[in-house]
Amino acid sequence: MPAGAPSDGEDERTGVPGLYTWRGVYFFVFGCFILWVVLLLVLTVTFS
Amino acid sequence: MNHLDLVVLVGSMLAIAAYGTWHTRRHRNLNHYLRGDENVGWLTIGISVAATQASAITFISTPGQGYESGLDFVQNYFGMPLALILIAAVFLPIYRRLNVYTAYEFLGHRFDAKTRLLGAALFLLSRGLAAGITIYAPAIILSTVLGWRLDLTIILSGLLVTIYTVTGGSRAVNLTQKYQMAVIFGGMIVAFAILLMKLPTGLGDAFTVAGGFQKLGAVSFSFDPHRRYTFWTGVLGGFFLSLSYFGTDQSQVQRYLSGSSVRESRLGLMFNAVLKIPMQFFILLLGVMVFVFYQFEQPPVFFNHAAWQQAVQHDSGGKLQTLQQEFDTAYAQKAQLIQQWLEAKHAGNVQAAAEAHTAALAALERSNVIRTNAMQVMLTDDPGVKSNDADYVFVTFILEHLPHGLIGLLIAAFFAAALQSKAAELNALGATTTVDFYRHLLKREASDAHFIAASKWFTLLWGLVAIAFALYANLVENLIQAVNIVGSVFYPVVLALFVVGFFIKRIGGTGMFWGALAAQLLVLALYFLHYRFPKLDFSYLWYNLIGCAACVLFSLIIQATLGSKSRSPKT
Repeated sequence: MPAGAPSDGEDERTGVPGLYTWRGVYFFVFGCFILWVVLLLVLTVTFS
Repeated sequence: MNHLDLVVLVGSMLAIAAYGTWHTRRHRNLNHYLRGDENVGWLTIGISVAATQASAITFISTPGQGYESGLDFVQNYFGMPLALILIAAVFLPIYRRLNVYTAYEFLGHRFDAKTRLLGAALFLLSRGLAAGITIYAPAIILSTVLGWRLDLTIILSGLLVTIYTVTGGSRAVNLTQKYQMAVIFGGMIVAFAILLMKLPTGLGDAFTVAGGFQKLGAVSFSFDPHRRYTFWTGVLGGFFLSLSYFGTDQSQVQRYLSGSSVRESRLGLMFNAVLKIPMQFFILLLGVMVFVFYQFEQPPVFFNHAAWQQAVQHDSGGKLQTLQQEFDTAYAQKAQLIQQWLEAKHAGNVQAAAEAHTAALAALERSNVIRTNAMQVMLTDDPGVKSNDADYVFVTFILEHLPHGLIGLLIAAFFAAALQSKAAELNALGATTTVDFYRHLLKREASDAHFIAASKWFTLLWGLVAIAFALYANLVENLIQAVNIVGSVFYPVVLALFVVGFFIKRIGGTGMFWGALAAQLLVLALYFLHYRFPKLDFSYLWYNLIGCAACVLFSLIIQATLGSKSRSPKT
């Protein structure tokens, strides 16, 4: 059978410098997504 | 390819495969075989998730897509970061808490046995078909490069991957994927650098030419439902496609469940959420730069060299030779007009630049018409010929314009990509068949050695099925799109099973099962009817939204008619 599941306490620690909660990590990732879309939009507008 | 290329190709492939096979030759138990070590860090998980998705098709077909249609395919990935955030926050902790081998075990916990089997069966069907396509892609390269027969190439490369996966299991997949990704990205970056050095213009002019020929339109906010890739299809359809692929496809779930903790698995997913869009952009841009390169260096009329040669030999009326001469003339005119366009731009003569640009666009259109006519002649002579040559564009560029040694490395990179994604797929197909069907229905009590042996036999069986499908698949679509279309037809219902399971407690197993079946029939009907009714020919990405919404709606209606008796979840 599968090995034991991890404890729930692990959920809280991100271990990412400057981003201490998972909500913070998700906002950072969402910010990166917005940045990529804006950069691609700039490329589209510049060379269309 | 010369001897140096062969040494690089065979050497790098054998080294990676031997390393994976040697380090994983013994499996302690079923858990070890199906989920690996369970002590894997976030970077390995992140690379493993990316490598499983990035098959050989990604590196062969995506540059062809960029060459043909520009950057707009990148929008296909816009929904992915949002989907990965939801999976990391909601799906992953539940899978870890239930401690499952396969994602479909969750459906058994939440609903009932028949819903679990339906989810697993839809996965096996869609992934089995996609596995055939992913085995077909690298076979195209080998058959083109080595001049082998395509069917022989499919059988040999398919058997190689199948044996490797059967031997190594999940750990071999995880262990070797990071080295394979290093080979792949090393090769692609060097190819990009050499391509830029070979361009007769600077990077600014290359972007001017690409933009002037409408290849740099990366984002479109159009609401035209017939337009395949827009911001809206990407964010909405791409979100549902990614949610189902990463959240419910066992080939991916198996990768991130191998993490040593929820933290490692989450960070591995977030690694992909941040990097996937720039990675796809880079590969598409590579294709766009190949397009620019072929504005200054004459391209072939048809990029599948072997098929073209065969067609020319059987062309008794000489139509193809005439078209070749017309194509040569159109290319020479176009090259001259592009030169005039860039010179006028550098001189600051806006009107002359605009006139030359318009004339160059018309010349490009003439070239495209000649290419289309040539494909029609080929199809008339041989209706079985694959008339879409986009998948051959990047391979042709590599073989004809890159130095020896690097050719071997890039072909090795394609094989590495094929090996890693195919291995992950077969591993997941074998695991799901063993856990959700064999162990659940036929043999509940047996030793781990018995289930490991069963899993190996099922992996072998799926390898043979994929080879058979690849042999008989008549693929008219560009390969990267074909994989996404297969996913968009089957994934939405699987996703809805999980969405309802996680978020809508009032629906029980029976309502869910029949609702899912009805929704799957609806999506299949929409897909097949679009051939007959052009009004139904909208972007396949919408199937993800329609199928998921229909499944939720149907199951709610059926549950309402059944009443509350069949509602209680199985635990």
